[in-house]
Amino acid sequence: MELSRRKLLALGASSIALMGLGTSVAFASKADEAIAKFTGGAAAGEGTLELTAPEIAENGNTVPIEVNAPGAVSVTVLADGNPVPNVATFNFGKLNASRSASTRIRLSKTQNVIAVAKMEDGSFQMAKANVKVTIGGCGG
Amino acid sequence: MASGVKPRVKVPKKASADDVITIKTLISHKMESGQRKDGDGNVIPRSIINRFVADFNGENVIDVTLEPAISTNPYFQFDATVPETGEFHFTWYDDDGDVYETKKKITVS
Repeated sequence: MELSRRKLLALGASSIALMGLGTSVAFASKADEAIAKFTGGAAAGEGTLELTAPEIAENGNTVPIEVNAPGAVSVTVLADGNPVPNVATFNFGKLNASRSASTRIRLSKTQNVIAVAKMEDGSFQMAKANVKVTIGGCGG
Repeated sequence: MASGVKPRVKVPKKASADDVITIKTLISHKMESGQRKDGDGNVIPRSIINRFVADFNGENVIDVTLEPAISTNPYFQFDATVPETGEFHFTWYDDDGDVYETKKKITVS
């Protein structure tokens, strides 16, 4: 079969599209896997859980984030574009009235930061924030 | 990394009963992620603090599991209710088995 210029271009474009699809699916499944592990497969809805993160982070090495989850037992934070999506898990004790905490995290590139909260009644809530990272923080 | 680790904690000295106070903690630690490579291309092994616990008079306030994505010199800010005079007990657990502790007293009037 003789490859015309048109066919060659189409072939190239489709293979690039396929590659893009492959990587994005792989990343999403990593974060989804971590979420499923935390929730035990239960669906997470929206609710009172708040995740505060900057829209643009100049330095991915220290990105300040805050979770505010009234009525939550524990909150896990994930970053879907990091080599390892898990960031931290906060387990709140009896004396933590406001169920809020803030820390600083590393983000390797522009991505979503996801917080999943386990509530006192056993249900789950999820909140997302997109953070644009100028300089990545995983030192690869 | 067992050298140069210094915990710093900020807790108010006084409070009223059942007040909600804000606590800030910071510990100097390089939190080597296990993703970086040295000049020869060898992976630098992971060395992080993997758990942080804050208790007040034996009651848990917060228990955090840390992953390599926590920044160098892990910083935490959180709230706590103080029902009576007592002592906060902060503990950090290192990958290499070291445990760093610090205590802060608070007077409730």
